[in-house]
Formats: sequence, C-alpha cells, structure tokens
Amino acid sequence: MAKPATSRKSETDNLRPFYAQFAPDALKEALRRMILIRRFEEGAEEAYTRGLIHGTMHLSIGQEASAVGSTMMLRKSDYITSTHRGHGHCIGKGADPKLMFAEFFGKEEGYCHGRGGSMHIADAESGNLGANGIVAGGIPIAVGAALAIKKQKRDDVAVCFFGDGATNEGAFHEALNMAAIWKLPVIFVCENNKYGMSVSTERSMSVAHVADRAASYAMPGVIVDGNHIEDVAVAVGEAIARARAGGGPTLVECKTYRIRGHSKSDRNRYRSKEEIEDWKLRDPIGHFETELVARGMATPAEIAALNASVETEIAAGIEFARSGTDPNPSEVTRDVYTPGADP
Amino acid sequence: MPVEVILPKVDMDMATGKIVKWYVKDGDAVAKGMLLFEIETDKAAMEIDSPADGTISNITASEGAVVPVGEGVALIYQADETPSASKPVMHPLHPKLPEPRPDSAAALPTRAASGHILATPLARRLARLGRMDLKSIQGSGPRGRIMAGDVKQAPTPSVRPAAEQEDTSKHYEARTFDVAPLDGMRRAIAQRLTLSKQTIPHFYLTATCDLTNLLSMRESLNARAPVSEGKQPLWKLSINDFVIKAMALALRNVPDANVTWAGDSILKHHSSDMGVAVAVEGGLFTPVVRSAELKSLSQISVEMKDLASRARTRKLLPAEYQGGTTAISNLGMFGIEQFTAIINPPHATILAVGAGIERFVPVRGEPAPRTQMTCTLSCDHRAVDGAVAARLVAAFRSFIEEPALMLA
Amino acid sequence: MSRQLTYAQAIHEALGQAMEADERVFIMGEDIGVYGGAFQVTGDLVHRFGEDRVMDTPISELGAAGVAIGAALAGSRPILEFQFSDFAILAMEQIVNQAAKMRFMLGGKVSVPLVMRMPSGSGTGAAAQHSQSLEAWLAHVPGLKVIQPSTPHDAKGLLLAAIDDPDPVMVFEHKLLYKLKGEVPEVSYRVPIGKAIVRREGTHATIVAASIMVHRSLEAAEELAAEGIELEVIDLRSLRPLDTETIIASVKKTSRLVCVYEGVKMLGIGAEISAMIAESEAFDYLDAPILRLGGADSPIPYNPVLEKAAVPQTSGIVEGVRKLVKGRI
Repeated sequence: MAKPATSRKSETDNLRPFYAQFAPDALKEALRRMILIRRFEEGAEEAYTRGLIHGTMHLSIGQEASAVGSTMMLRKSDYITSTHRGHGHCIGKGADPKLMFAEFFGKEEGYCHGRGGSMHIADAESGNLGANGIVAGGIPIAVGAALAIKKQKRDDVAVCFFGDGATNEGAFHEALNMAAIWKLPVIFVCENNKYGMSVSTERSMSVAHVADRAASYAMPGVIVDGNHIEDVAVAVGEAIARARAGGGPTLVECKTYRIRGHSKSDRNRYRSKEEIEDWKLRDPIGHFETELVARGMATPAEIAALNASVETEIAAGIEFARSGTDPNPSEVTRDVYTPGADP
Repeated sequence: MPVEVILPKVDMDMATGKIVKWYVKDGDAVAKGMLLFEIETDKAAMEIDSPADGTISNITASEGAVVPVGEGVALIYQADETPSASKPVMHPLHPKLPEPRPDSAAALPTRAASGHILATPLARRLARLGRMDLKSIQGSGPRGRIMAGDVKQAPTPSVRPAAEQEDTSKHYEARTFDVAPLDGMRRAIAQRLTLSKQTIPHFYLTATCDLTNLLSMRESLNARAPVSEGKQPLWKLSINDFVIKAMALALRNVPDANVTWAGDSILKHHSSDMGVAVAVEGGLFTPVVRSAELKSLSQISVEMKDLASRARTRKLLPAEYQGGTTAISNLGMFGIEQFTAIINPPHATILAVGAGIERFVPVRGEPAPRTQMTCTLSCDHRAVDGAVAARLVAAFRSFIEEPALMLA
Repeated sequence: MSRQLTYAQAIHEALGQAMEADERVFIMGEDIGVYGGAFQVTGDLVHRFGEDRVMDTPISELGAAGVAIGAALAGSRPILEFQFSDFAILAMEQIVNQAAKMRFMLGGKVSVPLVMRMPSGSGTGAAAQHSQSLEAWLAHVPGLKVIQPSTPHDAKGLLLAAIDDPDPVMVFEHKLLYKLKGEVPEVSYRVPIGKAIVRREGTHATIVAASIMVHRSLEAAEELAAEGIELEVIDLRSLRPLDTETIIASVKKTSRLVCVYEGVKMLGIGAEISAMIAESEAFDYLDAPILRLGGADSPIPYNPVLEKAAVPQTSGIVEGVRKLVKGRI
C-alpha cells in the first residue's frame, strides 16, 4: 500500500504559530465569533422548537473551530461556498446574525428576503456564495469562482466547505480534478464529522481519511483536529497563502463532530450517547477559552463579557426577525429573472 | 381527321369553364348542332352544341371538371375513322377546398346522447354574436359538430331563438300547473320542426277527392281477403293504405316531385319511400314504407300495421324511421276535414289527409251524396315548383278517385 | 448577393465577436480546443484567443457546469458547450438546482450570467443516447431561459443576446442545421430572446414550431398552398420565455392551431402551447381541435427509417394539416 501523501498537523508539531501570528484582539474576536455561532445555533434551535421557524435546520454546534479557523483570515473579496450546515461559515465570513434570523423567520429583511431559508443563506456582496441544499453542490461552484479569480488576475481565494459525505459525490471528484489541472486558488475544507447523515465514514468511504483522496488529484492533503481552532487556522492559512501565490489547491480535513443530530428530525439512532458525550468533552470553544486564558491573552472577565455581548446580540437578532415583514404572496415570482433583460 | 370539341369561351372575361352535365357519352353518335354538354359560368349555364356529325369519343373532361378556355374535351370521329386505343389524359377536377356541407341522407346528430350540442368555440361565438340558436343549426363536422361555416350558412332567424325563451311559468300562478321535462322525442320534434318552418319556404296545394270508387273497392277487397287457419283475415285494407299506394304511384309518375333538397344540389330519388305519421304516446313516429310503388295494397297494409304497432311500443329501429322521400299525415280518424302539415326535413313534400265526409255535390246538374276527402300537399319551393306539385296532386287524385288505375 | 454562412459558422462568428468585445467572456467544453469541437463549431477559436479563453475540460459535465456557475457568480461570462444535449443530463443538478435557482434563493441579490450551448435532436443515426430533444425539460424550470435558433441568422443573433443576458440561457442547436446556409450580417447584432417571428403569413391554420421543425413546416406550407390551404408559420425562437402574444394573435386570425415539435409529444412544448391557447382569448376563435405533431413515445431508434418515423416529417405535417383544415378532425 502506497504511503499516503497526507500530513497531519497537531499540537505536537510546532509552537502554535497561531498564537504568535494573531494579535490578542484578533484572537478574542475569533473566540467571540465562535461563541456567536454557538449562541446563534442555540437560539435558532429554541425558536424552531417554539414553532417560529419553518422547515428544518442543520446545526453545527461543535464545529465552530473549523468554521472560524477557516474564515478568520479571509478578505471580503475572497469567496466561500458552504453546505446545508452552513450557519457557522456564514457568521465566520462576517454575516450579521439578525439578518440570518430574519431569513430563518422568512422575512423580507432576511439575507435572501425570505426566499432561501436556512439551507440557502448567502451574502454575495461579502463573498459568501451561499449555503447549499445539495451535498457537494457548492464544490464545483467554488472551483468556478477560483477560475474567475485567476482569469481576473486577482490574488483572492475561494474556500470551499463540505462534509465527509460530499467526498463520495461525483461533483467532488470532478471539481478537485479540475482545480488541480488548472491550478486554481481554491482551498477545500472538509469538516469530517464522521457521519453523512446516519451513515458513518467507516461504512461509506473507501479510504480512512478524506485527505487521502487529495493524492488522487495531485494536491496536498492535510489532516487537523477540527476542534482546535489553532490547528485549523494554521493549515488553512498555509493553504490560502499557497493559493494566493499561485500554487494551486489544497485539501484540508478537519476532524470534528456535530453535537446535534443531522437535522431537527434526527433521532440519533446511528450513534451512541457515549460517543456524543465523549466529544462534548472536546468542545472547541472550551478548548480555545482555556488556551487564551492560559496564555494570558484573555481574562475570564473578558470572556464573560464576550458571552454577555453575544447573548444581547442574539436576543436582539431574534427580536428583529420576529418583528420583520412577511413577504406578499402576490410577489411569489419576484426575482426569478433579472429585470431589464429581454421579456 | 377527328374534329376536336373544345371548351368554348362564352363570356368576355372567362378563363375557365366547368362542365356540369354531359348529354352524350363516349361512343354515341352525334349530329352537328346536337346538345353535347352544359357548362357553368358566372352568369347562366350554357349549352354547348356539337360542331360536327360523327361518333364522339376521347372525352377528357367529366362532369365537375374545370377546363381552361380553348382546350379540347372530346373528339368526334367520322364514319371511316377509328378512335385511338390509348387512354385519354383527363382534365383534373377542380381542386378547391370543399365547403362543409350538411349530410343529406340522414339528419346528423348535432347533439350527443346527453343533449349537449357539439360546436366549436368559434361557432358558439358566431352564433352568440348573430343571436342564433345553436339548436337550430345543422353541424357538418365530425360527430355532427357545428363549425363556423355551418353557422355562417344558417339563415338568420327573424324570431328570437328559443334559447332566449323567457321563463313561461312566471305567467302562471304557482301550483296551478305541473312541469313536464322534455324527453328526447319532444326535443327532437321541437328542434326539427322549428328548423323546418324557419328554413323551408312552404307552399300548399289543396284538392278534394271523391272516395266513392275507393270505398266500394275497399269493401269488396276486404270481404274477399284470404283467411288464416284461425279464420282471421290476413289483411284488412284501410283508406290510408290506398292513400299510401296512390301517392307512391303519383310520385313515380311525377318524378320531379320525388326529390329532396341537399344544400347545393337536389336529390332525385328512384323509389317512393313513404314516411307515414303514426301517433304514439307523447309524440309521433314516421316509419317508412320503402318502394311503396312496387308493393301491393295488402303488402302495404300488413307492413303499416307492424310498423305502427312497433312505433307505439317504441320498438322501431332507427333505419325504419329515418330517410324516406315524402311523408303522409292522416288526421281523418279524428274528423278533421282539412289541415296543413309541416314538412319533415329532408323531405320536400308532405301530404295532409282529412276525413271522408259525406256531402251533396252536383252530379250532372243534380245534387247527389258523395263521400269526399280533402288533402293538402305542403311543398318545399326550393326543390319543387308549383306546376310540378300540381301535377303530383292531380296524379294522386286520379289514383284515389279511380283506384283501378293503380293496377294499370 | 447576400453574405451566406452556415449555422455552425454563424455560431463561430458570434463566439469570436463576443470574446473580442468582452474579455470576461470565455468558452469551456469537451474537445473544443484544437479538436475544434465535435461539430466543428469552435473551430480555430483556440488559436485566436488561447487556451485560457477556449478551455478544454475533462469529461466532467456536472463539475464543469458547477465551475461555469461559480465563474459567472465571480464576474466571468462563461459559455459552456455540452458535446451533446443528452450529456447535459449529467449536469442537471447544477443546471436546475443551482444555476436556475441561485438568483431567486438569494433574494435577487445575484445573477448567474452564463450560457450553455448544446447540439440537439435526431437524424444523424446517433441513436437513443445522442439524439434527444430535451428543451421541454429545461423550459419547465423557472430561472432558466431556453432558446432554439432555426436559421444561421438567428443562431448568431440569439447567441449574442444570450451572452449579454444576465440569467442562465440554454441554447439548443439542431445537429441537422449546422450545415444549413443562410444570410448572416457581419456586424454584431442581437435577436431578442422571448420574441417569436412569423416566418410565413397565412389564413387557414397556424403552425407553431421551433428549430428544424420550422423548416419542415415551411416545406409543408408550400405543398399545401398548391391545394389552396394557406398556412401561417410561427418560429418560436425561444421556448422560455414563450411569446404567447404572437401565438394568440395568429390563432385568433386563422382559427386553427398545429404545434409541431421534435421533443416527445407527451408533456412537450406543444402541450404547453395547446393549454395556453385553450386558456387564452384565442379559445373562442378555435374552429377545430388543436393538433399536436410531436416526437414518438419511444427513444430515438437507430434504424434510419424508424429514426425518421419517430419525429414529425414534412409529409406528416402536410397530412395532419390537411385533415385539420378540411374539418375531419
């Protein structure tokens, strides 16, 4: 068996360049973002259980480190594509929670004027090309954005989020192949939370690690602990630098876990309570808070204040959404086409 | 050298002519000046004479053909010449778009069994705009569907169509009447006879017949009718049986009256198919005695009894009451002296027969009692002219007054 | 003497003119580079514009469609060629779930200005998987535009309009039309998307057709004219948006409608047009049932006689119209 070309970065390697690379304020902002994601998910969940939110949602509680770690270095002009479990990526790219809540409540004030909902949250203006309801649907799109970047001779990048399940879709393979042959500035960030809905990676994937697949497409494959923001940020940061410099794509696999079920209707029959509890102990936010305090970059009081400000922001966001404008049924076909074009 | 017969130019701006009738056929001997064929022009029809003596052959334009002016349509061979053996190339018949025409053989069901009228949206629209009742229009499309062309051809009624019938019941005090819904027969009678009165130009001829000889012959024939094993006479002639036979023979003698109107032509029938009105519960049927001119009085009598009894029990097959070339309606048994009947389309005539009434009439200057029967013939003037109708009535009368003539 | 180009040459000219005028425009597809394209449409474009703008893709229809979408979202104006319209089926996820819906799902905040062109239709003996007419499938999807040029002139003008269009446009080019010659002006011009054209005026019946069926309908019209039947022939040009106004006005004039299309008859474009007319004010002007002449209810056969029998031919159009006009249907 050939030696896989993947590499693994973890705490045993270097001296956490992450903490050196980023100023404390930036790190605290990163923490705040993670907490914001967490509270956002919890707030959305509560609103849902109260019947205020239509449809379903796919919560990323437990995956905050991979979301923030991958996006904290991005510019507004960089692109991301996301998945059905994309609230964290959105917030990581700078989305405003109140506009996200408004979207979930189906209001005109939402990011998509209530037309998209949880699975299609996007903010194209700030490079967020959107969550996607189709597994692997966003992967070729990210590659396309990277193609446009290269054509326009920009040094922007496209960060493409997807889960372990998506790596079994044809689109994943086609997209990685094209990204490689054209040497495109795209970073493939796989959040491997061990399950494609109810089917584990052991049962569905022919290789042990998603990153093992990178070799098939002649690009570097990196495995990191997805619950350690520092590991994610360093690996993704390297990949971003490589891409900006014209070095082509990278595949980063973040080993992580989703605490909640696949969607709101998941009965969790496919995994054990023990497993869930075990991963709860590896909470990414807890880990980061501990590290920051240990390194003297944040005080418990600051952290408490962060939490409080997030609570306020979330509460205000939900209130904003609740009092939003319901769309008019007569406008059901609005924005199907771009006006001013042919009849 | 055979003489060519051409399609001659007869009008100033004529480019083509349509041959509508040939009076000779291939191989006939013709003489110069003799009538060969007739062409239709925008003005009157034109008879074309033969240009030479001889035998006509190689006719290349049949009836209905449209031929350019000056082109040959036949050859006349002299006595010593032989016609060529090769098949002549025919002039094409006019390839025009056929107009939809009503089927004249039997009334097309414009209505489905449920009473729903089949009509295209455009036909309905035109009828609505023209304030016409679709029920009065005959459809020429598939399954009797009324199409725009049918509506355009239908005459505009001068009366308000029945569809705009006001609610009659509001003229009457409540609970002083029962409402009888219309059945198929009542609807059909209403529709067909309304159509008849609105579209057929009726005229009426009345004649009074002396029944003396008929009654005497009838009595003597019935007395000598053969009997069955159960001692029942095999037939019993009625006055109506004589009427049927007399009319059938009259039509044979005046074939121009044995016609039906077909829209753009007149059908001249070869047999006298007599529709005879039979009153039944709730309406009437008109079963048809076919080729009555060929049947004996007793045959007609037996057939009529069977048809009438099955009519009353509604066991007639459609083929037994559809068609016919004329109709007879007899109300004599109710004492009606004279009446006029409404023509049943597609017929062109109907004979209304009254009761035999005893009166004093002058016979060689002296009053004498005679039994007389007054009959009125209703005619469709589009198909039958007054003189023709009069000849028909005269023929009928002579067969009634001198029934032995029916044997001659 | 007018300037004559083939349908394929007209498309080639449009692509070249579009790329010259706008550096954002680029082409991608299988074998479109030095090979020149399966139907020799792209031809020498790679030599004129380079591999960056005339990109050969791997055989990855789904991935390539997604890449085109992403590029369009990020400021490019890609033109993706599917080698056969049948292969677009592999890309349906991206076309239908992504391209068609992005603008709507994102509340109107983005547009996806991309063009997907594909050779379509039967008659080359390519058999079932290379001969389909799937325009009705895509015309069924809100958010897409679907066009079918029938002449070289329209092939150039509609394509240039499609490239200008901010929304995703699917272009169905009929394989049998690629060699058809026609007048094509040299300038860069547009034929508007969503507007049909009356190719022939008539009074007895209206034929609505697109692509190659326009030509067969015009042939049928010539034959029927000798019998005194004058057909009005409408070339749809676009299936979505559909020019209902032109069709309604024509049917009101002629009172008879015939829809001729190569796609399978059932649930095809003719079904939509028939129902639309039945719902419109033209309904009260109909003097006959609406006649649809569409593709047979089977995959396209290999055998050439069967292949012809599977889609409307001129003789079938003549027969059908004749029966309709003579009130026998």
